Amino acid sequence: MAKITLDNLAHSYLPNPTSEDDFALKQLDHDWVDGEAYALLGSSGCGKSTLLNIISGLLTPSQGRILFDGVDVTHAPTAERNIAQVFQFPVVYDTMTVRENLAFPLKNRGEKPSYIASRVNQIAQMIGMETELDRKARGLTADAKQKISLGRGMVREDVNALLFDEPLTVIDPHMKWELRTQLKKLHHEFGHTMIYVTHDQTEALTFADKVVVMYDGRVVQIGTPEELFETPEHTFVGYFIGSPGMNVIPAKVDGDKAYINGSYVQLGRGYGPLNGKIEIGVRPEFATLSDTDGLPVKIRRIEDVGRHKIIRAEFFGNDINIIASEGTPISADMNRVSFDPAHVNVYANDWRVKGEAA
Amino acid sequence: MALALERVSKVVNGQTHIHETDLVLQPGTMNVLLGPTLSGKTSLMRLMAGLDVPTSGRILWNGQDVTGMRVQDRKVAMVYQQFINYPSMTVYDNIASPLKLMGKSSSEIDAAVKKAADLMKLTPMLQRKPLELSGGQQQRCALARALVKNAGLVLLDEPLANLDYKLREELRIEIPKIFEESGSIFVYATTEPEEALLLGGNTATLWEGRVTQFGPTPTVYRQPVDATTARVFSDPPMNFLQISKTGHVLMFGKGQKTPATGALANLPDGRYIAGFRPNHVEIGKHTADAVKFTTNLVVTELTGSETFVHLDHHGDKWVGLVHGVHNLTLGAPLDVYLDPSHVYIFGENGQLVAPAAYAVAA
Amino acid sequence: MEKTVNQKAWFLVLPVLLLVAFSAVIPLMTVVNYAFQDTFGNNVFFWAGLTWFEELIESDRMWAALGRQAIFSAIILAIEVPLGIFVALNMPKKGFWASFCLVLMSLPLLIPWNVVGTIWQIFGRVDIGLLGYTLDKLGISYNYTQDFYAAWITVIVMDVWHWTSLVALLAYAGLQSIPDAYYQAAKIDQASRWNVFRYIELPKMAGVLMIAILLRFMDSFMIYTEPFVVTGGGPGNATTFLSIDLVKMALGQFDLGPAAAFSLMYFLVILLISWVFYTVMTNLDKREG
Repeated sequence: MAKITLDNLAHSYLPNPTSEDDFALKQLDHDWVDGEAYALLGSSGCGKSTLLNIISGLLTPSQGRILFDGVDVTHAPTAERNIAQVFQFPVVYDTMTVRENLAFPLKNRGEKPSYIASRVNQIAQMIGMETELDRKARGLTADAKQKISLGRGMVREDVNALLFDEPLTVIDPHMKWELRTQLKKLHHEFGHTMIYVTHDQTEALTFADKVVVMYDGRVVQIGTPEELFETPEHTFVGYFIGSPGMNVIPAKVDGDKAYINGSYVQLGRGYGPLNGKIEIGVRPEFATLSDTDGLPVKIRRIEDVGRHKIIRAEFFGNDINIIASEGTPISADMNRVSFDPAHVNVYANDWRVKGEAA
Repeated sequence: MALALERVSKVVNGQTHIHETDLVLQPGTMNVLLGPTLSGKTSLMRLMAGLDVPTSGRILWNGQDVTGMRVQDRKVAMVYQQFINYPSMTVYDNIASPLKLMGKSSSEIDAAVKKAADLMKLTPMLQRKPLELSGGQQQRCALARALVKNAGLVLLDEPLANLDYKLREELRIEIPKIFEESGSIFVYATTEPEEALLLGGNTATLWEGRVTQFGPTPTVYRQPVDATTARVFSDPPMNFLQISKTGHVLMFGKGQKTPATGALANLPDGRYIAGFRPNHVEIGKHTADAVKFTTNLVVTELTGSETFVHLDHHGDKWVGLVHGVHNLTLGAPLDVYLDPSHVYIFGENGQLVAPAAYAVAA
Repeated sequence: MEKTVNQKAWFLVLPVLLLVAFSAVIPLMTVVNYAFQDTFGNNVFFWAGLTWFEELIESDRMWAALGRQAIFSAIILAIEVPLGIFVALNMPKKGFWASFCLVLMSLPLLIPWNVVGTIWQIFGRVDIGLLGYTLDKLGISYNYTQDFYAAWITVIVMDVWHWTSLVALLAYAGLQSIPDAYYQAAKIDQASRWNVFRYIELPKMAGVLMIAILLRFMDSFMIYTEPFVVTGGGPGNATTFLSIDLVKMALGQFDLGPAAAFSLMYFLVILLISWVFYTVMTNLDKREG
């Protein structure tokens, strides 16, 4: 296990990048703390796979260094980095048995047969495949194969980091739960440094201690799931995390009030004069529908999602989504929306403004 | 123009892919086929489309038998999980292709293509080739092509499965809007319960080639007819527990008792299976008659606003979804509470014998 | 997957069926007809029963040709398959050089059989051929028209030159279908080059290699034109393979009856061996599954 340091790192797929737009991964300094579970979250093309490939050694960055425990490995090939990786589609050696698959990385490193045998049994138990050890890998279901890939990643005790590249893409929703729980459990037991790349917010949030949100080649926020939920640093984080994402409404902010089309919203903090594009952001979870308080809105649609309801409303051309719990009665005359002041964030040019305690 | 499947079944090489199924889909409705991989969603769609001929039974379109009719002769449009477009044609020509085959005039085609493109937000990309578009735009193009065909039956086979999470969210909102306008029968296959709920309309749950229940989506969700339906239509899966009833008392596991009231009062004594959804598990006693279970906490997962707790209750694996962020000790005992009004009672054969009281009220 | 039942489709296939009947079935029946009869000319035929077949089974000449044929096929398979795989493994995966190699590899496949024969016939001549002349000047005695080994080596080298590309191209197609993730995983697992070949490349190529082996076997077992043009089956009978022998018998001696019986046996032997190959290989495939 190791601490992984990204030092002044950036990458462009072009030979002579001139402007910042030419970089698929914009300049980044970051320490991946030893033993933590990270998720790299973003939509396709945001640079998360580029970053993963730099860490695994498939790409050499055009700028900066990458260090494992202080040792520069920027130009070291994959095999020397002592990492394990699980890919989007299950990679198993079809002609080998499950046992041989799990033993393969150990055998290649010349481990003792007695150690290999006991370690393979231990891993098989963890991934719940003890009874299928002597089956050929070919012909197993996609999730069984993905479990093997997972097991092969875990089998070495001395890996510097475990990398996951959207490992649950081909797995059924019900199996996803099982595999993810297993991964979580393994992380708690062994404390590997784990980096998990995904576009799925639920996977990212539930898996990681810290989530790294990427947007357009840039890391926009690194934080715990709670931080990303409560205080998104960028409107993109607000939009990307949460389903539906944060409501973002253009407003004029003065002191502890935000003015929108003649109405005002009470803020939890005070703000000085702000420049640029000013917006307020409120999560649908912190919006309440009522018949007395708040902004007058037009209700367009109510979706019953089972454990809660999503109310899709409109306020002078701005979409406002509200989440109400399963049992909440909604009547026709409820056409006002109020926000919890403590959870209204203010954004200037898409970045959050901290404000002072009111 | 209703589509009716009458005692339709499909057997391939001695393996039953679809057990005898009766299903009537009304015009202008969204119908979701919900079930895990290989549960028969695609097989059922192929039968509806006429790509496969059923082994037994009839398929009626508007009362007329179309069982053996070729897919080309039916008015059917289909969209797949893979983004299927003609790579050498522009987006405009892709969308226009079914209309050209029908021999429509160029002014008619132009109007229809522009309308569909507008609806699918493709207007700026009409002159580009599909491979120059993002995945989401490619799938919009395929959807637009299905839409202009003005087919009476539009089949969507996991159309969003290959898209990014956020794009999926956007299209999920748009698809029901589009279908409302067209008046066609929409059939939408998915593996995700949440998607079914968001799309609304009707849902048919599938399990091992059988339609276990068909009805309005919220009804199927709140009042599943059996444990299989409840398990299929729950993400994370529903939790189950063996219980027994003696006289006026329900026994949950080891010693937890609750009076059998309401619909439960009339149940004969015996053994049952209790089912409850993860979001109804609570930490801390919120209602007076909540039942307490002492479990072992295996794993917690935070979503930022909620916490998933994975529990071990005497060997049964449970999942709970509780509000707020809780920092709990793993591997330690955890008391969780369950309001009896959130509990479904199934017979030992899996059939629902009493729905949860809250669901009946909802 | 079953498709919509539509009987009309059969009518569309009818012309093809008729064509096949004229081009294949009727000639084959004629051969069968000859095989069981004898004639002394004037289109008068006598029932000969299994006479020709018995004669054939007892004929040393046929067994010698079959033996030569089997050795030839075995040698060229043993050379072309590994060599083809080796070439495919060393071809560039993408870019300009990949296309360049593909075109270069396809060239021998585009040349007609008799032209290939003629090329090598001239190439190997000591007086005007580049190969023959060079070898002669180097002091190596080489004369494919008189020396047994020279004739065999020439015929084999010619076949390897002509057909290794086919195996290589098929193997290359198999290699191209392997996702990058497999190679990355192998690097991470620190698999040796041999292990990458043994556990990733070979299993993924198995399907196309099976087709390559079948094609090369059937083709080599029926080889006629090239050796006929180069050596004419000589020196002596050294390179008289089955089909050359058959033609000698049918046209050279005009023994139609024995030749027809020979053709039928030949046909059945190829069918049988191909079937055995196919079954063994698909079973291997299944057992591994």
